[in-house]
Amino acid sequence: MGERIAFGTLSYDMAHILGGAMLVLSFALLYQRRIGAIIKIYALQGMVLAAAAGWQGYIQASPHLYVTAIIAFAAKAVTIPIALHWLVRRLNMQREIETALGVFLSMILGVGLVALSFLVVMPTTLAAQAQPLPREDLAVALSMLLLGLLMMITRRNALTQVVGFLSLENGLILAAVGIAGMPLVVELSSAFLVLVAFIVFGVFFFRIRDRFDSLDVRHLDHVGETHR
Amino acid sequence: MSALALPLMLAIILGLCGLGIVGAIRTRWAWLVHQGSAILCSLGALLSLIALILPGSAALALPIGLPGKAMQLALDPLALVFLLLLFVTATAASLFALEQHAAEEARAIPFFPVFIAAMALTLLAADAFTLLCGFELMSLASWATILYRHEEDRSRSAALFYLGMAGFSAACLIPAFALLGGGAPDFAAMRAMPPEGWRAGFVLALVVLGAGSKAGLAPLHLWLPLAHPAAPSHISALMSGAMTKVALYVIVRVLFDLCGPAQPIWFGAPLLVMGAASAVLGGLRANMESDLKAVLAASTIENVGFIAIGLGIAFLARGADLAPLAALALAGALFHVMTHGVFKTLLFLGAGAAWHGGGSRMLQRLGGLVHRMPITTACMIAGCIGLAALPPGPGFASEWVLFQAILAAPRIGGLALQTSLTVLAVLMAMATALAATAAIRLLGVAFLGRPRTPRAAGAQEVGFTACAAMLGLVALCALMGLFPTAILGLIEPAIRQMLRAGLSGQIGVVGIQPGAEVPGYAALIIASLLAAGGVAIALVLRRWAVAGHRRGPAWAGGFAAPPAWLPFGDPATQYGGASFAQPLRRALATAVLAAREEVDMPRPGDTRAGRLSVALRDPAEPWLFAPIGRWREKATSLADAMQFLTIRQTLSVMFALLVLLLAGIAVMEAW
Repeated sequence: MGERIAFGTLSYDMAHILGGAMLVLSFALLYQRRIGAIIKIYALQGMVLAAAAGWQGYIQASPHLYVTAIIAFAAKAVTIPIALHWLVRRLNMQREIETALGVFLSMILGVGLVALSFLVVMPTTLAAQAQPLPREDLAVALSMLLLGLLMMITRRNALTQVVGFLSLENGLILAAVGIAGMPLVVELSSAFLVLVAFIVFGVFFFRIRDRFDSLDVRHLDHVGETHR
Repeated sequence: MSALALPLMLAIILGLCGLGIVGAIRTRWAWLVHQGSAILCSLGALLSLIALILPGSAALALPIGLPGKAMQLALDPLALVFLLLLFVTATAASLFALEQHAAEEARAIPFFPVFIAAMALTLLAADAFTLLCGFELMSLASWATILYRHEEDRSRSAALFYLGMAGFSAACLIPAFALLGGGAPDFAAMRAMPPEGWRAGFVLALVVLGAGSKAGLAPLHLWLPLAHPAAPSHISALMSGAMTKVALYVIVRVLFDLCGPAQPIWFGAPLLVMGAASAVLGGLRANMESDLKAVLAASTIENVGFIAIGLGIAFLARGADLAPLAALALAGALFHVMTHGVFKTLLFLGAGAAWHGGGSRMLQRLGGLVHRMPITTACMIAGCIGLAALPPGPGFASEWVLFQAILAAPRIGGLALQTSLTVLAVLMAMATALAATAAIRLLGVAFLGRPRTPRAAGAQEVGFTACAAMLGLVALCALMGLFPTAILGLIEPAIRQMLRAGLSGQIGVVGIQPGAEVPGYAALIIASLLAAGGVAIALVLRRWAVAGHRRGPAWAGGFAAPPAWLPFGDPATQYGGASFAQPLRRALATAVLAAREEVDMPRPGDTRAGRLSVALRDPAEPWLFAPIGRWREKATSLADAMQFLTIRQTLSVMFALLVLLLAGIAVMEAW
């Protein structure tokens, strides 16, 4: 971390572009209604994440981030999307179109959340780090986290809720990668966490399907009501 | 002396806890528990008396406590004054309890010594943790004794209410101590940095609410007339005589000692307002209740109000740098703590004796006990002299000092303060008059007249030890009434400790002399004058009265002519508790207690009896407790609804909270 990474240098611009790309993909996830497209966008986001991790490994000259990049690529750009596609075929819901917030409304909400995250992160980290890049990475990561949470709230289909959760987790990895000196253990564990969560949710889908013949979480709400 | 007394006090506390365990293992060894606690408590009383006469302070750190913090005990004059009262009343209560009357009272046995030990621990504590431990143990032990007749719905609901109030006082006291001393729990650290500004205001509010609810200050007084009758008599005696005083001790300890001398003048205002409300409400309710013990509990509210007024005046005077007046007011308050503690214990024990002998606590079922229970009646008369504040009784002496303080108080401040203090003095005078009426009603209806039920007609005097306990308290009452200067001398080190100024020159050899221009009070002279007057009247009557006596018809104040089948008249037609209270009920309680009388008069030709029913409602109930109950219902139904939110709704709530938190951070950062 010898030289200052500032606006205008290649390393800064590259990292900025990759972070921005992930944010744009999060927005795309937010308004996209076709399940197949959502999974593809998610795979694309995983690829950008892998590229961002690799680029961070290059500018921080820390080889372990390459490992992170490979893990992210293997898990988020390949394995999970393939598995999700398989689930979609298996559950026979390729054609389903989901209700979500309208494009306009979700964009407005998303922009508000991004503004909020920047307003929170930029002043609070002012004293802690003189480097502008990690601070902006952190702000982008927080926005992705909030957007993922928003997606989980606005969707009814369990599968798209899972994708929201996974993109939320991408934001976490982006934050972890952007901070110099973060040990590899954390990234490995969080990657595993995603896999575990994925398995849990996979089991969950089958249980819902067995019980209700649908993946709509509204059916779960009725379970609560019967006990009332 | 204190250095020696403190370990001994600790040994007494441990011994009492051991007795509690013995009582829990073997209920048949009740005599051992009560004898043991009588012995230990009398030792404790002796020890505190000696330590008070030979002043000094001591501190001791126990090897147990919070992690890294030892529990601290300390013995100083203020604690000793309250310890003396506690151990004296506990000795009498233990002696009284030696005659266990009802089998179910055995359930309260293990909790009785623990209750005393917890109060002693509270008084000895020198750090917040120990004090709160003692305070909460005291609440829990007394709660268990209230439940001793748990088959009755009334006992259960009283105990539940009591537990709720105890939880409330804990919820107030714990943050109050957390605000003091910058987080360090020991009192020395709290004294070193007294609270200022809003912090002091919060401490004041929390302590007055937390300890005041335990002491019975209005509007948090509702539990007393419910809980005191529910406990066994000797324990309700302790609850009224000692436990409310322990709560007042916490107020004095925190507000006078730990908050330091530099507090503003308005610090006394909440105590004055709540004290005045308690005095009037308690005095009025004491005239309305029909249960012997509820009458006494209501009068405890009134007396606690008096003590709070004394403390409030002391605050005002200290804030205005009037040290002699502050000392006089605090002396009045502490003196009234002592006298009320003793005579109220005596009255509760007497009420317990009447309950045991007459088979009921209800005024309308007693009467004429003077013939069958002469010793108990004599003791009750002695106690009622204290309650009614008649000279030369103990209550008169202490209330006289309090009144001197409040009559001298208007020179503290401007016109507004003077006006409100005058109103306060008028309210106090009214409360005193109400207390006197209540004492007359209690004595006249329950102990004089004719028995209203066969059970009361066949009442039996209580046994030797119970009589001894009551007579001992009567002797103490007489001592305190006749030698108020001696008691004030005992209290003075505590006043000096709290105010750094004593009563010098205000206590004479024979009487109390608050100032050069004020007439003093010399109890012995008044007593001898009264005695001389009484003897003179007796001699005159003996010389000139008609010799001999004859029995005539009773004064017909509602006492109907005897029907043929009841040759001695129907005793139920006597002037009873409700009839005695009627003028007051119509004059005052209609406005204050929302008293309503309903007459159900049968139509001509209808043979059923006419009924007059009376309903009373304490103002704290509709204005404070009912809204709290409604809010609680709403809060629980809201929490219940949270449980049935859908997954997305739950997530949305979390999301909204997160966004709100972030927005808050952003706003604070931008600021």
